[in-house]
Amino acid sequence: MTDIIADTSKSRSELAIIIAGVARDPLGLIGLIIVGSIVFSAIFASWIVPYDPIAMNIPDRMQGPSGTHLLGTDQLGRDTFSRVIAGGQVALKVALPAIFGAMTIGLTLGMIAGYGPKWLDNFLMLLFDTIRSFPTVMFALAVVALVGTSLQTVVFVVMATSIPTYGRVARTQTLTLRNSEFILAERAMGASMARILGVHMLPNIIGVLAVLAAMDIPTVIALEAGLSFLGLGVKPPTPSWGVLLKDGYALIRQTPWLVVGGGLPIILATLGFTFLGEILRDVVDPKLRKNR
Amino acid sequence: MTETLLEIDNLSVDYETARGDLKALRDISFDVNRGEIVGIVGESGCGKSTLISAILRLIAPNTRFRNGAIRFKGDDLLTRTEEQMRALRGGDISIVFQDPMQTHNPVITIGKQMVDIQHRVKISKAEKLATAARMLGVVGIPDPEARLKQYPHEFSGGMRQRIAIAMALMSEPDLLIADEPTTALDATLEVQIIERLKDLQRDFGCAILFISHHLGVIAELCDRVVVMYAGAVVESGTVREIFHNPKHPYTRRLIECDPGHIKTRARVLPTIPGEVPDLANLPEGCIFRERCDQAMARCAQVPPLTRLSEGHNAACWLNHAEEIA
Amino acid sequence: MSPILEVKDLQTSFGEVNVLAGVSFAVEQGETYAMVGESGSGKTTVIRAIAGLAPAQAGSVKFDGQEIRGIGERALRPLRKDIAMMFQDPTGSLSPRLTIRNLITEPHKIQGMKNRDLDAEAKRLLELVNLPAHFADRYPYQLSGGQARRVGVARALALEPKLILADEPTAGLDVSVQGELLNLLNDLRERLGLSMVIITHNLNVVRHVADRMGILYLGRLVEEGTTEAIFHEPRHPYTNCLLSANPEPDPDARLDRIALKGEPPSLIRRPSGCEFRDRCPMASDVCSQVPQWKVTNGHGVRCLTPRHL
Repeated sequence: MTDIIADTSKSRSELAIIIAGVARDPLGLIGLIIVGSIVFSAIFASWIVPYDPIAMNIPDRMQGPSGTHLLGTDQLGRDTFSRVIAGGQVALKVALPAIFGAMTIGLTLGMIAGYGPKWLDNFLMLLFDTIRSFPTVMFALAVVALVGTSLQTVVFVVMATSIPTYGRVARTQTLTLRNSEFILAERAMGASMARILGVHMLPNIIGVLAVLAAMDIPTVIALEAGLSFLGLGVKPPTPSWGVLLKDGYALIRQTPWLVVGGGLPIILATLGFTFLGEILRDVVDPKLRKNR
Repeated sequence: MTETLLEIDNLSVDYETARGDLKALRDISFDVNRGEIVGIVGESGCGKSTLISAILRLIAPNTRFRNGAIRFKGDDLLTRTEEQMRALRGGDISIVFQDPMQTHNPVITIGKQMVDIQHRVKISKAEKLATAARMLGVVGIPDPEARLKQYPHEFSGGMRQRIAIAMALMSEPDLLIADEPTTALDATLEVQIIERLKDLQRDFGCAILFISHHLGVIAELCDRVVVMYAGAVVESGTVREIFHNPKHPYTRRLIECDPGHIKTRARVLPTIPGEVPDLANLPEGCIFRERCDQAMARCAQVPPLTRLSEGHNAACWLNHAEEIA
Repeated sequence: MSPILEVKDLQTSFGEVNVLAGVSFAVEQGETYAMVGESGSGKTTVIRAIAGLAPAQAGSVKFDGQEIRGIGERALRPLRKDIAMMFQDPTGSLSPRLTIRNLITEPHKIQGMKNRDLDAEAKRLLELVNLPAHFADRYPYQLSGGQARRVGVARALALEPKLILADEPTAGLDVSVQGELLNLLNDLRERLGLSMVIITHNLNVVRHVADRMGILYLGRLVEEGTTEAIFHEPRHPYTNCLLSANPEPDPDARLDRIALKGEPPSLIRRPSGCEFRDRCPMASDVCSQVPQWKVTNGHGVRCLTPRHL
């Protein structure tokens, strides 16, 4: 197995080529900057925030934007800007593990479905369809009722409902690749299924899924916000963009900046990841790269 | 009879790429007369596809016309608007593509597709269907009325290519461009198509620009031949001159390499060693110099396409020997 | 001496489509055998079935005296280093994300020969097919068709196989490099004593590489013999048609072409009697009978009214 890993590991130079390729396109550069700043502010949130995002300060409640409070304060006097930054951290804490988990599991199951025996394919497809037939929110309600609200619950719900999407794409890609001549050539040399899937299929599928994942991150962020908005997401007082929106929505006449604080980052994140995903799609394919 | 229909005059086309301009066509010149079959021979990377897309102006966004003209019935097509070009395509100029399996829309019947392409003609649908059936008959599809109701997948590759030819001829074009129309077909079907094309050309009187890498097909079908290599015309002339009296080393070697030429089992088959040069990074001088076994000092300059005799041009310094002496 | 490959009555059906209706042939040690047929003749299925990549419901495939039809992937794996394959698409048969070095040492890795110096192996193989050593770091999409084909040959030769099964080895190659590949194959065969089965529709190619050849029509051999005999004394009318359907690079070539009628019939509803009779220019009433395989002087034919006999 060691050489399987050695063969697939992308060299640093290839990653550099991809990043350079994305940055060359204006939209890709915008995406890169937005995503970069979201990630940066999430990682260094504790140094950036001017106030403790959950510390209440009743005398300063419901203030408008000012030099001291960039985006004002909420009904409990908490600094909105600090809560937006901290909310970004929460959003990524949900989106990244959920998507990474869904992609890994979906990829594995999808490739097995596409390459394995027909009965296994049928079984996995049935499983995927069953999961997909649950409305996400209903599913979340059921899980919350069972285990209560927490960050982990949101991650689990998002992951479980996203697996079929990745699984289906991975399966379709595997099905198209399995009859290609280079896979046939591998079979003719006696390559094992693990080798065919790991060394030869995976590198040709992963790019498509990575693009899908980049485009999916904003959906997940919005989903987390939605669940939090409904009170099914992270537990208060943890600041999430959805919670900010919910609080702002209740007080939209008095403090409209709360809605802006919750809504704007969602819009920016959606745009940023979508731009990135679009350009990534062209860049990860070495054939397209050659023609650019 | 010798009225010029299509005149490619010093055409140069580049593709803008990240690596710099790819000089896909350089100073291409040749004519197609009315009612004549002109073959374009060349191997991969010779610029055949760029030439076709330039004539029809179905071009990639990074295409740049650097120089020259494409005159059709005397008008320069490069100065025409997109709308005028659209009227020309499928009208006075039709095309048959290489892959018959991808030419037709898979979810529409052949009959409907053949009626749809007659959108410029003001006749009833029944008359259009009758025209379609007649054309299928002309290209040798048995039982044409019934087959009009069928979908593309119900036809074999050879039949689909004949349908594509029928559709291309429906507008009674002055020029039919055939882009490797037999390459995807088996040899027995290939000869069927060639013989059919010959007959149709006689009946319809259209000119055919026939692009192929298959020397045998070109020799059998064409009146005149243009030999292209790496984006340049290296030789052009009547089919007999080209095949019996080639004046460019590339043409000569290409004919030698064709295994159809070698009747007895050869221990070692002739080849042209080397690769087509990088068109984004053109070598100095004659484009064929690096692969040519007759290259000399003078080949450091690009040889011009020179008229050697009536209807025979070649771009090679070997034909200028008397000037050196 | 027993043949390196002996195929007897090989039959393959995909559902109700009967692709191979009993194909038998043998390849001697050091011999090149060409299987010639047009699309739908089943030629690709023949070599894939031999290599266990396509099903074969009946018949026998003996490699070096050992039965290998239906023995399962596990039993077949150790034999795979002795039977190498080359596929039609020069570039498409190379795993696109691997460097040439990794591609041509793939057989070593699969067959568990990692203790060999793989860099040295890659160098040796590139040299064998006349490619410069620095190609080891390239990717398939950076190669021309001819170069990709050479990489395919290098990979096929990696473990010194006894038999090479090549599907249209000159497909997708320009005329000027086609010869290079055939010369290379001829040369390697002599130096390494290889046996080869070449599948092709191109008779011009066959003449220069094959010792013996078989003509396949609708999943059945209709003629088989030495290349000399088939080119000079074709017995089956289909062979005749194939030989004459070969446009020559000479505008004054005499065309005594034997036209073939129509297109190949459906494999689902095979014609009765001689399966070629609907398209045959020489068909007569006797052709409603099923022709038997007749061999005289090592030249076999399946025709009721053969020529040159």
